[in-house]
Amino acid sequence: MKLLSAFRSSYLNRRGTTFRSLDPSSFDGGFIPKPSPSSIFWLAIHCLCCLISLILGFRFSHLVLFFLFSTSVTNLYTTTAGVSQLLKLKPLEKANVTAKSSRVVVGRHGIRIRPWPHPNPIEVMRAHQLLERVQKEQKSLYGVRSPRAVIAVTPTYVRTFQALHLTGVMHSLMLVPYDVVWIVVEAGGKTNETASFVGKSRLKTVHVGFDQKMPNTWEDRRRVESKMRIQGLRIVREEKLDGIVVFADDSNMHSMELFDEIQNVRWFGALSVGILAHSGNADELSSVLKMNQEGKPIQGPSCDSSGKLVGWHVFNTQPYATKTAVYVDDKAAVMPSKMEWSGFVLNSRLLWKEPVDDRPTWVKDVDNLLDGNEEIEDGPLSMVKDPSMVETLGSCGRNVLLWWLRVEARADSKFPPGWIIKSPLEITVPSKRTPWPDSSSKLPVVTKEAKYNQPATEKRSGKAKRIKEQEQ
Amino acid sequence: MSNRLSLSAILLFLFFSASSAQHNVRTERISGSAGDVLEDNPVGKLKVYVYELPSKYNKKLLQKDPRCLTHMFAAEIFMHRFLLSSPVRTLNPDEADWFYAPIYPTCDLTPTGLPLPFKSPRMMRSAIQLISSNWPYWNKTEGADHFFVVPHDFGACFHYQEEKAIERGILPLLQRATLVQTFGQRNHVCLDQGSITIPPFAPPQKMHAHLIPPDVPRSIFVYFRGLFYDVNNDPEGGYYARGARAAVWENFKNNPLFDISTDHPTTYYEDMQRSIFCLCPLGWAPWSPRLVEAVVFGCIPVIIADDIVLPFADAIPWEEIGVFVAEKDVPELDTILTSIPTEVILRKQRLLANPSMKQAMLFPQPAQPGDAFHQILNGLARKLPHDASVYLKAGEKVLNWTAGPVGDLKPW
Repeated sequence: MKLLSAFRSSYLNRRGTTFRSLDPSSFDGGFIPKPSPSSIFWLAIHCLCCLISLILGFRFSHLVLFFLFSTSVTNLYTTTAGVSQLLKLKPLEKANVTAKSSRVVVGRHGIRIRPWPHPNPIEVMRAHQLLERVQKEQKSLYGVRSPRAVIAVTPTYVRTFQALHLTGVMHSLMLVPYDVVWIVVEAGGKTNETASFVGKSRLKTVHVGFDQKMPNTWEDRRRVESKMRIQGLRIVREEKLDGIVVFADDSNMHSMELFDEIQNVRWFGALSVGILAHSGNADELSSVLKMNQEGKPIQGPSCDSSGKLVGWHVFNTQPYATKTAVYVDDKAAVMPSKMEWSGFVLNSRLLWKEPVDDRPTWVKDVDNLLDGNEEIEDGPLSMVKDPSMVETLGSCGRNVLLWWLRVEARADSKFPPGWIIKSPLEITVPSKRTPWPDSSSKLPVVTKEAKYNQPATEKRSGKAKRIKEQEQ
Repeated sequence: MSNRLSLSAILLFLFFSASSAQHNVRTERISGSAGDVLEDNPVGKLKVYVYELPSKYNKKLLQKDPRCLTHMFAAEIFMHRFLLSSPVRTLNPDEADWFYAPIYPTCDLTPTGLPLPFKSPRMMRSAIQLISSNWPYWNKTEGADHFFVVPHDFGACFHYQEEKAIERGILPLLQRATLVQTFGQRNHVCLDQGSITIPPFAPPQKMHAHLIPPDVPRSIFVYFRGLFYDVNNDPEGGYYARGARAAVWENFKNNPLFDISTDHPTTYYEDMQRSIFCLCPLGWAPWSPRLVEAVVFGCIPVIIADDIVLPFADAIPWEEIGVFVAEKDVPELDTILTSIPTEVILRKQRLLANPSMKQAMLFPQPAQPGDAFHQILNGLARKLPHDASVYLKAGEKVLNWTAGPVGDLKPW
């Protein structure tokens, strides 16, 4: 009885007999069930379904009943504007039809939920493609108007740290959203090591060898690197590559904004480079820093308040005067040259043989330089006749877009070629259950075990001896 | 001589077409059904006479509650202020084409800021009685050349509940007048045939203060912030928004492409600028300020409201700008949105980027050319000249002054 009244009242509630329900007179009066066999049977089914739903956890009772007893159900509910066949249905109420017979019905509507309200992976993929396309369009509208290719010139040579450095440069260049041509000039001739990196990058690359070997002192290295970069520029001239030339040294770290910013250069631009002069010796570094409080570790252009280029800010090497590294594997800090190449970018058309119409007059004729008749001593600024005309990038050098770093291993350090080891690594730290049951290299393990055993036995014998002495 | 004239005419034409072509590379001109009407200048096309009503109909209401200036029904107040200083205003009522009575029927606010429409019919009636007795112009046409701004939920039906509003219908005295309202739904009692739909008021300075650079990539696919269930007034659901908002939530709450929630983030405007689609579903009434916000921020509006009539529908081709989804199709919203061709989406974004489109949705202070005030005047100008049947013969009466619920007949 209680169940039946609860059942009845729950139906009444769902019909919404609050002030919001309209036109209750339109419902059949006979919907309130008297305890008849059919309704008792239906009640029993309802209880069974409730139990099952409790166990299974969703309200399928309504749907089952709707499908099974659709005829009797229509007697109980009045349906109007189309009953939806989906789950979680609330009965539609008849509403006041507007005078102008609008298609839209006022009143309570069912909340339509599709059977599997989860994302379709194909649609998600399509949405991501749409997002990408919209972002590309945004970039083309509001970003760089006509993006030029980036020509990166990297001098390198084979050594332990080459994998670390080149991987960094390779990844940076692979992320650049413009066309990239990577010119790798390798000291000591082309090797497979470098070629593997260059090949992995999936970019347009030019890999050439340079006849000299990389010398061992930083000073000489700078000279050889300059020559290697000039070689790279020669390649740009020969191939008539069109784009913006960036000097991407292999140990530098470039930000993505750098490549967006250099698109603004017209002929010859300068930007700020963060100088990270690092030495292996922490104590030295802290003492240096204490002395050098004001200077900023940046090399770049400096402007006056109106934004005009007035000079250059170079890294203050004074504090490091006595403690700089000379040889590559010195522990002291490595100093940058006065003007690092990586802080300058130029339009590749400056290098072409044929005269380009609006080539600026404040840049020297590079043919002399590239043909090897001149030597570049103090950085790329010697390529310009009038340094004050150089364009500044990154809001006049206020944004540091890349970082200069020189870190190398000891001169005699060896590394496995291609960083692939041929034979399994030898065990230096034995695991708990030594010796390995099927290990082929028994010898080192045994000796170590012997070593461990010996002191133990010695100890024990020592103790025994002492005890014996005490006992005695 | 004629050769030279024609040659210069051709040159002029070429020059103008070249300059306009250059200007419109990134945005597309909106060529609506009536041509480029968004940029029409109404000055010279119509004259509006503003009645001098006692301040109890307007200024006193505003003094009592200055919140009326910032809520979404503030269009009525700003329209009055615009007309007072506009060049279309005339002080000579005999040469006026349109008559405007400055009444603020939506300025009776509860403590929480919601307008109560219960006294509005009486206020309107009393104002019209005043106009008809003090000036002869109402009786000439029984209000057919008068216009009123009624921005409330269901316009001149003056009720916030749809059934009650339908029951009341448009106020009988306003049946011949032109109504400028935000509510618009086809085949609905509360939308008269000649009404002009306007966007709800959204504060332009606030929106412009939250603009972000246009090269910030749009990374949200669908964005919505607002209620899905109105637990205070409709606890069981199915009533609020005809169940459409609840359907959006239930179907897409697990979908990572849909950034929907009931939060009130401080970065609401910025997030809209980072989205491709912004949902504009109906609430208790089919219109909402979300449409204005979506247009201003360049987010394609997804309009989920059956039979809705959008602002300035005769001047703005909404079909080409927004996406219309029937309420019954809400469960397939993700399929619908992802199956729109890329070119169509890019075109819609270009149309939205058109500054005249954004300007037409706003009520800036002071008024600027092409804004919503001017679009209203353009709409009024398009209805000119008045049909001869509008003018009644002397003594002829069409309106029934005693129609409507008894409560409305009480003086205000």
